[in-house]
Amino acid sequence: MKPDAPKQYPTPYIEQKVLKPVYLFLLFMMGLTGFGQMPIFKRYYIADIPGLGWTGKFYVTHYLHYLGAIILFALFAYVIVTYWGLFRRSHALSKAAYVRIFLLAAIVVTGIFRTLKNLPDVVFSPNFTMFNDISHLVFMMLLMVFGIVFSITKSGWLVPRTVRQTARGRRS
Amino acid sequence: MALLSRRAFLKTGLATAGAACASQVPLPAAAKPQSDGELATLIDIRKCVGCEACVEACREVNAAKYPEPEKPFPKMYPSRVKVADWSEEDKREVRDRLTPYNWLFIQWATVVVDGEEKEISFPRRCMHCQNPPCADLCPWGAARKLENGITLIDSDICLGGRKCQVVCPWDIPQRQTGVGLYLDLLPSFAGNGVMYKCDRCYNRIAQGELPACIEQCPEEVQTIGPRSEILAEAHRIAREEGAYIYGEKENGGTNTIYLSPVPFDTLNQAIHKGPGKPHFDPVEDQMAHADNMAKAMLIAPFAGIAAGVSRVIKAAKHADEPPEDNHEA
Repeated sequence: MKPDAPKQYPTPYIEQKVLKPVYLFLLFMMGLTGFGQMPIFKRYYIADIPGLGWTGKFYVTHYLHYLGAIILFALFAYVIVTYWGLFRRSHALSKAAYVRIFLLAAIVVTGIFRTLKNLPDVVFSPNFTMFNDISHLVFMMLLMVFGIVFSITKSGWLVPRTVRQTARGRRS
Repeated sequence: MALLSRRAFLKTGLATAGAACASQVPLPAAAKPQSDGELATLIDIRKCVGCEACVEACREVNAAKYPEPEKPFPKMYPSRVKVADWSEEDKREVRDRLTPYNWLFIQWATVVVDGEEKEISFPRRCMHCQNPPCADLCPWGAARKLENGITLIDSDICLGGRKCQVVCPWDIPQRQTGVGLYLDLLPSFAGNGVMYKCDRCYNRIAQGELPACIEQCPEEVQTIGPRSEILAEAHRIAREEGAYIYGEKENGGTNTIYLSPVPFDTLNQAIHKGPGKPHFDPVEDQMAHADNMAKAMLIAPFAGIAAGVSRVIKAAKHADEPPEDNHEA
């Protein structure tokens, strides 16, 4: 390669083609199992639909919600590292990405507090527990609403930087 | 901006959590543990004569906590949602099972003790688990555990969804329709009253008094104290007098320890079980998965970081090589 040839930036191919569908599936499952923590699926016949009987079983939905959280934690860490290490210079985060990151962070933080509360020796006040639970639910619903809006406006996570921005990024 | 909001949120949350932990119900001087541990009760079945003094005492001191539902009940949708009504005079008087108006009852069993057939009795109520699924899985924080080992349901918050009863290994909480917060929300579509169960007289304990059932028992069937001491005493009696223990390890450990003259599988076969009448089955720790998976949540980000770093290094190595499509033909 010639010394003055333009630098080849890696493209987020794996992230777009493999991890994005996994992420969306996980979010869907987290939403489903999260709503399943409320006693509504059996009441409203969702658990009567063939194949969805598990949605009415609280221990199953709780287990799956925790499992999803574990996978998402690993996924978030992976995405942060790869963005910082590979794509930061060629791609900027969109405004929609900042909104998503804020909402995801809020969901993660409230989820961590809920997980802590479920440990044997951790006691929170009822007011804080309720505030935390409702916040977790509201942030998830906001993420769903914004997810729909962003899919309509076709607002992705990454915006390719312009040549000027890229050159500036390379100099810094 | 997001960082500031998150910081502010964390700060508020931690402060609230800290204040909450500090403001738990204080322990009674009479039963205060030496360390800040949990209080457990020891129920010696061999002493119980079935006089129901504990039942009457419980009903008397907790009468003010009992539901007074508004009638007629809201129409429930869909129709599969049934009302649970124990508020009529005859039902309020039910004493042979757990109900919203009877948080403690005497269970009977005919068993053979030392070659002699005997009818034995024993009080049944909430086991006050060390890691209670009802409190862990309650969606609104209505069911909660106090630092002194009591698990209680806040009747001002509970929506009566009955999840606590479903996840309780002993199906302890009992529902009364037509009362509580759900009436102010969407009474026809969400919630169905309030769940009630033994709160081990948390308010009396806060004032330095004993739970009513313990105080009024003429046979001193129940004792209360730090869990470690209660367990040590239970094991001493079991060893020296040949009794059997239940509640130490059930559901990961409870704060109600039973001592029986016969093995609990024998006792379990001899009791009437069903709605409001709990069993003596062996019970595995229902929340063990949550404790183990919480540990996995700590490890997961490191796995993600390792995978990410690996990807970055691989990409960096490939970036140093000329791309295949740049080769000259």
